[in-house]
This record gives sequence, C-alpha cells and structure tokens, in this order.
Amino acid sequence: MGEFKVHRVRFFDYMPTAIRAMAFNAHTEKLALGRMDGSVEIFNFADHYFQEKVIPGKDSRSIEALCWVGGRLFSAGLNGEITEYDLENLRPKYSLDAYGGPIWTITSNSQGAHLAIGCEDGTVKLFEVLEESIQFERNLDRQKGRIISLSWHPSGAQIAAGMMDMIRVFDVPTGHAVQRLLVDRGFGGSKSRETVVWSVVFLSDCTIISGDSAGKVQVWDGHTGTLVKTHLVTKWDVLALSVSKDESSVVVGTSEGTVIQFQFIAPTLQQQDKEWVRTRTFKNHTHDVRALAEIETAIVSGGMDTQLVVRPLLEKFDERSYASGLRKIHFPHRNLVSCAKKAGLLLFQFPGQLELWRLGESDGHGKPGDSLPLKRKPEKLLHLKRKGEDHICCSALSSCGGWLAYSTMSSVRLYRLQTDNNDISITKVPKLPKVLRSAHQLCFSSDSSKLFAASSQSSVLIIALSQSECKYVHTLKPKSGSRQPIHLMTNSVDGKWLATANSDCEIHVYNVQKLKLHCIVPVYGSCPSAIGIHPTTNNLINVHADQQIFEYSIVEKQYTDWSRKLQKQGLHNLWLDRDTPVTHVTFNPNNPEQILLHDMHMFCIIDQSLPLPDQKTQFYNQMTLRSLSGQERPSHLHAFKICKTFQDLLSVSLLDDQSLVMVERPLLSITSQLPAPVRQKKFAT
Amino acid sequence: MAALYEGFTLCGLVPTQNASDSAIQGIELDGDSDHALVTDSTRSVTLYKVSDQKPLGSWTVKQGQLLTCPAVCNFQTKEYVVVSDNKVIRVWKDEDFNLDRAFKATVSADVWRVHSAPGGEPVVLFQRGAVRLLDSLLSAPQQPIEDVLSEEEVIRWSTNIVAEKQHFVLFTTEQKGEHFLYVQRLNPNTLQKYRLEREDSRSAPLSFSASLRDKHINLLYLYPNGCVYQSVVAARGYVGPEGVQALPRSLRLRLPVGEGELGAASAVALDEAHVAVVGMPHPSARTGKDFLCIWNTNFQTLQAGKEMAGRIHGQVGIRIWSYIFFASNFNQMTLYLYLALKIHFTPIYINDHSFISPQVWCYLGKLFVPHGKALSVIPYECQKSSLASALGKLRHAGIAVSKSSVAVPSWNTLLHGNQPQGPAKIVATRKSKLSRKSQSVQALTVDQVLKLIKTGPVDEVQREVEALVSRGDAQDLQLSVGQLACHLVARSQAETTFYTPGALAQLVRTQCLCHSVCPDLLLLALEHKDYFLCQLCLQLFPDIPEVVTCACLKTFISVPDGDVEMVSLEPDSVSFMEGLVVAGARGGQQNGFSPPLFEEDSCDAHHQPKPTQHQDKKNPTLQLEACPVGLHKAVLLNEVLQTPYSDNLLLPHLKDLNTQQVILFLQYLQFVYLKYSQDVYTQTPGLRSPTVTQVIDWVCLLLDAHFTVLVMAPDAKGLLSNLNSFVKSQVKLFSELGKIEGSLQGLHKMKLSKDISQYSIEVIELF
Repeated sequence: MGEFKVHRVRFFDYMPTAIRAMAFNAHTEKLALGRMDGSVEIFNFADHYFQEKVIPGKDSRSIEALCWVGGRLFSAGLNGEITEYDLENLRPKYSLDAYGGPIWTITSNSQGAHLAIGCEDGTVKLFEVLEESIQFERNLDRQKGRIISLSWHPSGAQIAAGMMDMIRVFDVPTGHAVQRLLVDRGFGGSKSRETVVWSVVFLSDCTIISGDSAGKVQVWDGHTGTLVKTHLVTKWDVLALSVSKDESSVVVGTSEGTVIQFQFIAPTLQQQDKEWVRTRTFKNHTHDVRALAEIETAIVSGGMDTQLVVRPLLEKFDERSYASGLRKIHFPHRNLVSCAKKAGLLLFQFPGQLELWRLGESDGHGKPGDSLPLKRKPEKLLHLKRKGEDHICCSALSSCGGWLAYSTMSSVRLYRLQTDNNDISITKVPKLPKVLRSAHQLCFSSDSSKLFAASSQSSVLIIALSQSECKYVHTLKPKSGSRQPIHLMTNSVDGKWLATANSDCEIHVYNVQKLKLHCIVPVYGSCPSAIGIHPTTNNLINVHADQQIFEYSIVEKQYTDWSRKLQKQGLHNLWLDRDTPVTHVTFNPNNPEQILLHDMHMFCIIDQSLPLPDQKTQFYNQMTLRSLSGQERPSHLHAFKICKTFQDLLSVSLLDDQSLVMVERPLLSITSQLPAPVRQKKFAT
Repeated sequence: MAALYEGFTLCGLVPTQNASDSAIQGIELDGDSDHALVTDSTRSVTLYKVSDQKPLGSWTVKQGQLLTCPAVCNFQTKEYVVVSDNKVIRVWKDEDFNLDRAFKATVSADVWRVHSAPGGEPVVLFQRGAVRLLDSLLSAPQQPIEDVLSEEEVIRWSTNIVAEKQHFVLFTTEQKGEHFLYVQRLNPNTLQKYRLEREDSRSAPLSFSASLRDKHINLLYLYPNGCVYQSVVAARGYVGPEGVQALPRSLRLRLPVGEGELGAASAVALDEAHVAVVGMPHPSARTGKDFLCIWNTNFQTLQAGKEMAGRIHGQVGIRIWSYIFFASNFNQMTLYLYLALKIHFTPIYINDHSFISPQVWCYLGKLFVPHGKALSVIPYECQKSSLASALGKLRHAGIAVSKSSVAVPSWNTLLHGNQPQGPAKIVATRKSKLSRKSQSVQALTVDQVLKLIKTGPVDEVQREVEALVSRGDAQDLQLSVGQLACHLVARSQAETTFYTPGALAQLVRTQCLCHSVCPDLLLLALEHKDYFLCQLCLQLFPDIPEVVTCACLKTFISVPDGDVEMVSLEPDSVSFMEGLVVAGARGGQQNGFSPPLFEEDSCDAHHQPKPTQHQDKKNPTLQLEACPVGLHKAVLLNEVLQTPYSDNLLLPHLKDLNTQQVILFLQYLQFVYLKYSQDVYTQTPGLRSPTVTQVIDWVCLLLDAHFTVLVMAPDAKGLLSNLNSFVKSQVKLFSELGKIEGSLQGLHKMKLSKDISQYSIEVIELF
C-alpha cells in the first residue's frame, strides 16, 4: 500500500488539569466533571462515554462541587460563588455570590427544589431553585468552623454536614442542629491535627457514612447520633464518598489513589442482619481520588492524576461486552491541534495560550522503520498568550498558514500571519464584525478566503477575509431548530460545502456558495465524533462515538454503496471494541480511495477499494502482511490498515507533500509532571 | 532518638583580650537544680536561675587577685568554695555579699581544682596530684602536701564521682607524650594509675568525660582524628596490683573529620548511647561553622545538630575542670531524661599545646555552650534507641499494610514532621501544664502514675494507666508508654499477684512499644498465660528476638486446647481461621481441580499412573479434613508464623522443641498448606493471615532442625512423605515458573524500548 514519511511530534506539552468534582445525572446518564482550572466537561454515559461538551474554564473560577438539578447544572467554588451553566451556549448562565466566604460543597435535595451549600463561615445556606434562577432562602444555624461536606436525607427533612472534627445533623424545617457526631482524630502524630470530614452520605434509613482526613470511613446511626462502626482504610485521607442509587453500596476514594467499596450485606451467609462490610479495593489512580460516582454498573472516579476512570462492577454483567471493560479517559474527545497542510505548520491549543510550530525537514530517504536525519529542526514560531480571564475554547489555522483565529467565551480574535523565510510577523485583525462575539468552533475555508464560526443555536457565521478587511457575509441556520452547540465543523476543498455536527447528533450540510442549507444527514443515535468531506467525491464521512462509520454522498443526498455495504456486513468486533473515539478524519488527495482516521491508540487508513473484513478475518493484520511474500499478500489484504506504532495520539494529519504528522503526547510525560503522590512508607526508607 | 531544642541565652559574655580565651571558667550546679554557678575567667562568680535567665547573686575578688578554679557548691553545708591565686581557698555563703570578708585559708601547695558532688564532701586536688578532703584541709591549712606526680607530669583534666558512698577523684596527666589516668579512692585511700593506649598519630586527647554506669566508671575521650574511645574502670572491690596498668579501650564512635584533624572539639557523654560533640563541623554543612551535634554511638548516626552562631569558646592553658552532679528532683519535662541520664559530666580538657577546646557543660537535660558573645543553654532529649526504631525491621509486606502504620516511631515525624519542635514543645508543655492543673482532680500525670504503679492496688493502676493512655497526646505517649510498660512489668515480676492485662494490652495497642523497649513484657505475658496479650505483641512488635518467638511457639503448641479456647483473641484472625477451617468442609475438589499434591507421581515419568481408587485411598486430605489443633491455638500459631525472623538465629532455638511438639506443629503446617493449595479458598483482603511462603519456610526450618529425629520417629513417617510431596509439587511449580520467566524475558528483549526524542521523522510502511 505504501510508505509514508511521518513527522513524529512530541513537543506538544498538553497537560490536562486535575479532576476536582463530579456529578452524575442518573436520569440523563450524563456525568459532569469539574477540573481544577474551572472547566466543566459533560460526558454522555449512554453514548459510549463520549465527551459531548466542554465549558472552558476561567482564571477566577474554581469548582469545589457540582450538582445537577434535573437537567440544570450548578457548581460552587472557593471564590464564594454559585454558578449555573448554560449547557446550550457552553458558558456560565449566571454567578451568584453566596456571601458566606469560600463554598466547599453544594448539593440538592432529591426533590430538586432546594440547593444547600456549605460555607467557610460555618453556615449552611439554602437556596430555592426557581424556573430561571435560584434565590437565597435562609441559613441553617451557624456553626463554628467550616462546612466541608453536605448530604441531604432523601426525605429532605434533614441535612448531614461534615465539618472539622465533627458531623452535624440539621433539621431543615427548623434550621436547628439536632445531632453532633464527634469524629476522632488520627493516631500518632496526626492526633494534634483537626480531622476534616471530607465527605458524608445520608442514607434513607438515617445511617450516616463519613469519610475523613484521618483515613476512616465511619458508619453512624443518625437517630441516636452514635458511632456504629469504624473502618480504617488508609493512612491518609478519605476524600470522596458516593452511594449507589439503591443504597446497597458505598464507594470511597482515598489519597492513596484507591477506591474502596463497602456493601450493605450480611457478613455471613446464614445471618439476617446486614452491616456495612468492606468488600473490594480498586487501584486505578496514582494520586488523590477527589471525585467519585457510583452509577448503575460501574464506579467512576477521577482525581489529581487527571484521568477519568470508569471501573465496571463485573457482577452486574452477564457477559463480556463493551460496557464491561475498564475505561480510562485521558484526552479530550476533540482536536487541540490544527495543521496548515500547505505550509507545514502546527498550532497547539492550550487553555492559556497558543503555540505555532514549524515542522522540521529531512531530505533523506530511508527504509521503513528508519529515522531520517534532520536537515532542519522544528521551530517554535509563536507563543500567543490569550487576553482576559477566559480560557481558549477553540482555535484554527488556515491551511496556507496565513491566518490564525481563536475564541474564548467572551471574544474571538483573528490574526494575520506572514512568514518570510525565517521571520514571522503577526498582526491582529482589527474590527471584527460585531456579530462575531464568540464561537464554539472555528474553521477556515481551504482557500483561506472565509472563516466559519459556529455560534449559538447551531448557527454558523461566515466571515469573508481579504487583505484589507474582513466582513460578515451570512449566518447559516439549521432548520431543525436545535439549540445545541456545534462541536464539529468541516468544509470541502472546493469550497462549496460546509458540514456541521451538534450535540443533538444532527449533521447539517450547507451550500456555501448559495448560502443555504443543503441537506440534513439522517440522524444516527450516537454522537458524531469526527466528520470529513472527501476532496474529490465530496462524500461526507462521519464516524460516531459508537465507532460506526458512514459515508454520505452530499450531491446525491444519500448513503453511498460502500457505506451500505459496510453497514450490511457490519464492522469487525475488534473495531467496535476500541475504547476511544475516532477524533479526526482526513483524506489522501493523491489516492481518493484512502480515508485516514485516528483515535488515541491507533492510526488507520481505510482503503475503500479493498474488501471489508468479516468477523473471521484477522483484523490487526499488518504484522502478518509484513511477513508474507509479495504474491501471497493480496489475498490477505482488507480495507482497515491499522498502525499502532504511535500511541497516545492527539492528532494525525496529512500534509500536502504526502507526509503524515503524528502528534503524540505520551501519558508517561503527563504522569511525570504530576505532583508527587502521597508518601507511602516502604521498608527502611 | 535525640533532639536539640531551641535554646536560650543565659548571659552575655565579655570578650577577653585573648580572643581565643573563654570568658567562662566553669559552670557548676547549685544545690537547687535550676541554679547554675558561673565562674568567669578572671575575678567573679555569678549565680543564675537558669529557667528565668536571671542572676541571683554575684561575688568578685579584689583587683589583682585571680580566681584559679571555678567555684563549686558544698552540697552538705550549702556553702560556695573557690580558689584564688592558686593557694587561697575561700568559703562563703549565699548571704555574704563581699567575698573578701568571707572565710579564707592559705594552703601550702598550689591547688589544681576543688571538686564537689552531692552526697560527698568537697575534695581538693593539688597540682602535684595530692588529694585532700576540704574539711580536713581547712582544719590544718598549712599541712604538708606530698608530691604524687613525677617532675614533668602535669594534670590535664580531673573530675570526681561518688558511687555508693565511695568517693573517687579521677584525673589524667601527661608526661612526655604519654597519658595516664589516676583513680584516687577516698576512705580508704588508694591510688590506681593507668596508662592510656597511644593513638597512632601520637596526638593528645582533646577532651575527656567520665560517667558512672552499672557500678563502673566509664571514661570517654576524644582524639583529634575523630575517634571517641571508651574505657571502663571498676568502681568497687578489686584494687589492682601496684604500678601502672594499661587501660583497655574500645572505639565507640568515629566522627567524620574529613581531611586533616580536629583542631579543637569536645565530647560529652549524655547517656549510654549518646554523645554530644561541639567544635566539629556538621558532616553535611560547609566547614567553618561550629556545630553542636548529638551522635548515637550504638548506630554511629548523627541524630541532631545545631549551628552555633559565632565561635564556640575554648580555653588556652592548663585549666581543667569537671563536675559531677546527681539529679535529685526533676520537673515534669526532664522526667524521662532522668531515667536515661543518671549522671551528667562535663569534661573539658585543654592541653598546653594551645589547642582550643570548645567548652560544653551538660546538666539536667540542658547543654551549656559559650559561643559568640553569649552563653547558650540548649535543652536536649535522648530517647532509648533500638535497632527496630532506627531501621524498621522487616515485616512481611502485604500483610499488615494498614495496621503497621505507626509501629515504630519514625525519624521523620519526630525530627522533621514537627519542625518547630523547640518552641512548640515549650508552648505545649505550658499548655499541658495548664490543662493538667485544670483536670488534676482525677487525672494523674505520668510520674504520678509511675509512682502509683510501684505501690498501688491492681485495679487502681489498671484504671489510671488506661485513663492516661487514652487521653495522652501522641508526643507524650511516645515517651511515656515505654516507661509505663517497663514499670508495670517490673512490678509484676516482683509481685506474682500483681498483673494488669488490660493496661498492658492498651499500652501495646498504642503501637509506641516495641520489644527492645520492654523486653520482659512478652515473657511476662507467656508466664501469666495471657494469650491475648501475646498475640497483640506478636502482631505489633516488629523486633521480637527469635528466642522469644520460639518460647512462644513452644508454649502455644504445648498448651492444652481447652485452655486456649476460652481465651478471647483478636476477632479478625479468629475469623480468618474459621474461614480456613470451613473452607475445607465444602469438600476437597471443585471444578475438577486437582491440587499439585496428587500429581506427586506423575512427575516421575517412569512411574505408571496409578488407578484412581488407589490414589484416593492414599489421598492424605481425607484424613486431614480436621485441623490438628484447636481453633484458638491455630490462631496463635498463625501469629508465630507471621513473626519476622532470621533463619540462622531461629534454628538453634527450634531444636528445643520435643518430637511430639514438632510433629504436631508440622501437622498443623501441613493442614494450612493443604488448605491453601487445594481449596479455592480466597484470602479475604485485609485479614492478617500467614502466606504460603511463610508456611513453607517454617516447614523447612522445622525439618532442618529435627530431621534426624523425625526420620527415626515412626509416627512421623506419613507426615514426612506428605511433606516430601509438597516439596515436589513446589519444585514443579517453580520449574514451570522458571520456564515462563525465560519466555517473558525473551518478550522483553523483543520489545527494545527505543529512546524517542521530542521530534523525529520516520518512515513507516503500511500493507
């Protein structure tokens, strides 16, 4: 099939930030994840854990806790504010100062009518959830010492509050504290330190379970305020607790990176009386587990080591399936790298800055497997810091390398780049059209004459670019009336078509020349994770979170024969079993049969001219093919050519000179930048 | 463990004309433990209250006169004694304001030093080596004084010691490069002379320090090459032959001096294991700084160090003094120290080669160091060290991950974990004093409890110890638990009727104890058949000697089952054992799994596979369904199995077991092994349980110790053949593992990890 020259790029120092909070909405099966930099990510667990939405962070925002009320998402942080998010425009809807100092926790009652927050000044504040906002209702009796954690009794009549050295139970109607549960301090040297009750859970049978900084998980009787049982689970802190929906299981997360499950079962077979028994220990993290959620079939955990781990509970599965595998989500399910195919430039997007790099060069030729000598080293041309507090949410680089754009929540900035030999000059384009305030996605047309910006309610703004000015041309609006944001956007090389995908799983194709909607691709049940328009045939390739691949002819407004054949035959199980979504689709202009895809762990070229593999075919067959002779080979070929040489891929693109650019970010180098984990004493150290 | 706390300045020093000369001649303790008598280098004596850092009185001799010996306190008469101009002895009391009006007596020879110690009357040492009691000298001041030393012999250092009413004066002399130690006994007077071994470099010792320990006088001396030697002189009884004897010495500590030699340094023994050294650079600090360091001589480790601002003063000339002090009443804080430091000495030795030895005195847990322009008082603390607490003894990993959390005090938490220990400590003690005052109605302090232990009734002791442990904070516990345990054990050993199992168990549970701190505890528990305490000790002590482990084993194995079953033991280990026994009841084989044991013959290729029925008959598990020992006995044996040990040390003690015991124990081990290997019994995580490896190790050890006897014993025959099959199955398992290891290594080699740089251009080929 052929040789490729590969630029193996490892200088993108992408560093995800630690996970701080988590909230799972059992109704919509969506998980909201709060990170240390104030960003919020929404994962759709019903759709293969796809990262549907990302709300970019902001310097002044911090998230200590997240909470769903119906479909509404609230967060609270140490800046003392409660924030509700606009999940359609991916921005905070409003922020409200609670006037109680830093807020440690926020939680809603099961009826969804009230929010309770725990403040540094020792108050528990109740807010009423209104239609469009929330309103302060009253304070519960103020305590000495901060309120670290809160949990409503399912009836809503009582709240348990974890504090320093104690747990208080409040009667909500009166606002008085009715119980005071004293939490012991740790043994040894930690005896002089206050115990922080990091997490409490209030069960419907009035059992209170707490996790504290002395490493204890304690079970209390909420009626009498007595300690029922203490489990010492770690030498360090127990940071997070989560209870299953049926209250038969509680998981706790510790500073050692372990997640420990407790179950409410009879300790011996014959016995009737149930008690909380420590059952399983999972160790999937190296650092603090700060956030936890126990969902129907799995334990979801995240913490300082930045990865989101979905650990399935195997007793809930009868057979091995997609859902029964351990899943670790390291990278965002979207592109942080833009590539100027003609100019050989790479743009890396960080929350706080953009980096523009020129790839190196080599004139040598080599055998497959060789590393070529470098004639020119890669060079960092530009380090562009964002303005303002808002983090960058998207960026784009034109394929000629002459334009650069990025957007934050509050503004879009466009720059003109000029490179003469080794000099680079950058000029900000002044006076952008007023209508262009912020964008969820940005992309340039292939001839760099237009900028497309995805705006609110799935609309797309078209901006015409020229040397002298840039001007607003048109707004493309979908007919469906979807209010969801666009998360993918691509245009055809001939400049005629523009395709967008939104979180409602809709893919719209617009005719840019006629400035109108051309067609809507039949809506598929899983969210598109990557789309691309073929440069010669103008077929749209869309890959979905469930790993399905479709080819849709834009001109004919129907699926192509190849796509139908693929659907009829079905994809190979090994393809479907992969656990990271395809995040980029691109094509080889010189060989129209080839579609290039990649996910985190592999890079794949689909050759549409070759037969599709059936279930019996050896799917990962590159090794076998290599060992075969030239005559035997053709009989073993199939359409999916998968290369796993490159790991932890963030981006793959094909330059115009037919060389591939693979941007890798080895997980090891992310791990090495993490702070040291808690010290575990080993022998004689 | 030792630590230096934040010090304070007792008084400022007036620099003398000769910069290297100290402004201080000596520091002596008054009758009151908190008073220090400071004699400066010229004319005055000042009495300070140390804790308040304030002078209580000062006395000066006339211009032109010179104090030639530091003032001492006559503990019997509460008078002060000083010598001026070598020959004039002055005696005065607190009430006297003017030294010149005080009692004076001129003696006929030059006085070297007046020594005084509580419990003995002051002694005068003359420069020519003669010794007189002060009283007898003052009654006839002009009496002739004989010459003890030869012509060129000069005294370098001297001290006195009172041991069991026997009064000693020790002094060292130098003559033509040779050094001698004189031990002068008073009443009856005898003089013993010893020659100090020569150091290779022929250098003179920099400092001496003497202490009384176990009725022996220990002399500690430091050479410029950094070696600290110890010599022991018997304090009682045997008086050696006339003439000069060689004084044997042993190297206690070799200080890292780097290149060259120490110009000036002083070492003071703090207790049997700790030495304070001044004037030596800190091994990890740059040179040119003066440090006060505490070294542990047992482990040769530096335990605490403190930089002293300014130069540490020394003194030039032939001026030697030393002090001895017997502690009588101690305040709360130094109580622990009292046990460790029976006697404090300060040795200062300055020879006439103009070496400047820094000065350091040590009284009651405080070091007095003149440095820069001040005399600093630095409280310190030495704790009994054990190897276990120094290194952390090997425990089998994976068993007690969560339990062994603070089994031994860690250096880190004690030294660095609580960084601002000095001031914090002071504050803490004040606070705790206050709190103690407030709750003093019921709660007793540590020393009150200690006193109570000596005499109080069992119930009360038990109650008070428990109360103390449950309220004491961690730092205090660390120190007092060992004491409490030792006292309790000592009393129990003395009185057979006195035994407090609950209190002891609680002390052990604090995890601040280890075997070396209180070696008799476990044996006492065994003696009293307190199996629960035994179990706790075995679980929590990291450093039980093999002989004790063996004693436990022997007791456990020979105790009748009925006796143990009534004892309540730790529930976790009991439930583990119950699980193990029940696991067997479910039936031998599951899922067609056959344990490697039954394949014993299949590994011998030439053997015909035997018919199944035959094999079943032979199947030893059918007879081994029942555990050979009772449940609780098994629990105790499991604890022994999990105790850390070294083979070589354990083996000789194992031979003490008799054949019946060995067979029973082997049967039990076999039972456990079979359970592990045949059952699908999965170990509950978190439960303490012996590992297969530990079981096998013990089987091997027992066989090693008793093989010849077992071979002859008819009832051991079946057992041995079974064990033989274990070995075979293990060998087979390991050979299989060995094969896998080979292939795994092959895999590793295949996957050569290429060092991939930040950027490379590579060529790949897809087919």
